[in-house]
Amino acid sequence: MTNKVLVIDYGMGNLRSVANALRAVGAEPLISDHPASLKEVGRVILPGVGAFGDGMRNLTDRGWREALEASVRRGGMPYLGLCLGMQLVAARGTEHGDHEGLGWIPGTVERLPEDNAFRVPHIGWNAVQFRADSRLFRELGESPTFYFVHSYALVPQDPNVVAGRCEHGPPFVAAIEHENIFGTQFHPEKSQKTGLAVLKSFVTLAS
Amino acid sequence: MLKKRLIPVLLLKNGMLVRSESFDIHQIIGNPIHEVARFNEWNVDELIYLDMTRDDKYDLGRDDHRVRGMSDPLDILERVSETCFMPLTWGGRVRTVDDMRARFSRGADKITLNTAAYRTPELITAGAKVFGSQAIVVSIDTKRFDGAMEVMVDGGRTRTGVSSVELAKQAEDRGAGELLLQSIDRDGTGEGYDLELIHAVASAVKIPVIACSGVGRYEHYVDGIRAGASAVAAANIWHFKELSDRGGKRALAKGGVDVRL
Repeated sequence: MTNKVLVIDYGMGNLRSVANALRAVGAEPLISDHPASLKEVGRVILPGVGAFGDGMRNLTDRGWREALEASVRRGGMPYLGLCLGMQLVAARGTEHGDHEGLGWIPGTVERLPEDNAFRVPHIGWNAVQFRADSRLFRELGESPTFYFVHSYALVPQDPNVVAGRCEHGPPFVAAIEHENIFGTQFHPEKSQKTGLAVLKSFVTLAS
Repeated sequence: MLKKRLIPVLLLKNGMLVRSESFDIHQIIGNPIHEVARFNEWNVDELIYLDMTRDDKYDLGRDDHRVRGMSDPLDILERVSETCFMPLTWGGRVRTVDDMRARFSRGADKITLNTAAYRTPELITAGAKVFGSQAIVVSIDTKRFDGAMEVMVDGGRTRTGVSSVELAKQAEDRGAGELLLQSIDRDGTGEGYDLELIHAVASAVKIPVIACSGVGRYEHYVDGIRAGASAVAAANIWHFKELSDRGGKRALAKGGVDVRL
């Protein structure tokens, strides 16, 4: 299988750091804004920083929605969503109004509860507890730390898709895993060696 | 629970890494790109680069550390970001939203505003609107006059008459995501942070405060956190001590601070 990993350029944030991190783990990143590029790669990463509604509109307008349905949902191509890219797999987002998501995982994306001790956005390094039988995250050791920058989190209906949890006040979903669909609320490309280990695991995963 | 952060600050001048004393004496100590490899190896939490290059100052320094062919500091940023797998903050000569965009597109995750935060505070709001508050750090340089904490600008050369706490509150109101506190009196002394300054600012704002200037021993980091900082930073100690990340983290953990080990 090709070692190429598509990094989707849909106008939501800096893709350079994701591409650099992929190179560091021996993969060949392809940053592209053309859905036809899915035919050239073996895996796909949807990064992204920004609002749910904007992200979904950009994906739809640029033809990614149909293309991802074909390659990821029907074709089984491994998909990794980072931050907003993880949230967009939800059925529905609630950031600045109600928005339809990709709908691959039943559930919603909701704002983290805020109080004086736990401020939102949640920014910084925090520990994640992963499920022991996770395919992507099981070899990271005990409660590894990752870098987070977000105000919203995915709330899936089915607890079986949850691969990792983090706490900022109450617990929230930090990682998901369902068939060929993976997601991290944290930024592996900014999480030093443990982050690179997650990307390495994704690019070497048997599909 | 979020970890408290330990951050190396790298000072750049004319394309070279320098150490600083009282914001005035700058001694060349290395190559800014080679240094990143070391910080990656140490698995540090975050990096801050501050470019202090001025047009009207001239250093009679060695030039064997200069990055060849890189007169533009943004080329250095781009090279640094290629191997920097942690949050990267870039400061120095940011005057407009376009200046910010140029730095983000070359690989910075956050930028710092210093003199511009005082002269054109609306830039804080403009930047936060486009790039998000988390990407805008306001850096405040303080000097004591009869004990009073006053903001200094233009690389520490110009008095403003504004209190540091006042500027900190304004920066937060205008949308800054974080504050970096430097003390001109403590810079390069190794006597420890200006704890009164850190405490005064941290208790006046809700956004995270990064303490800087004056660290001479690892235990000083613990004092900074106890004074209210969310992150502790230093420059010189990272260059003159071996294993400075391990040493700093161990001191913090020993002091009961929850850090990423």
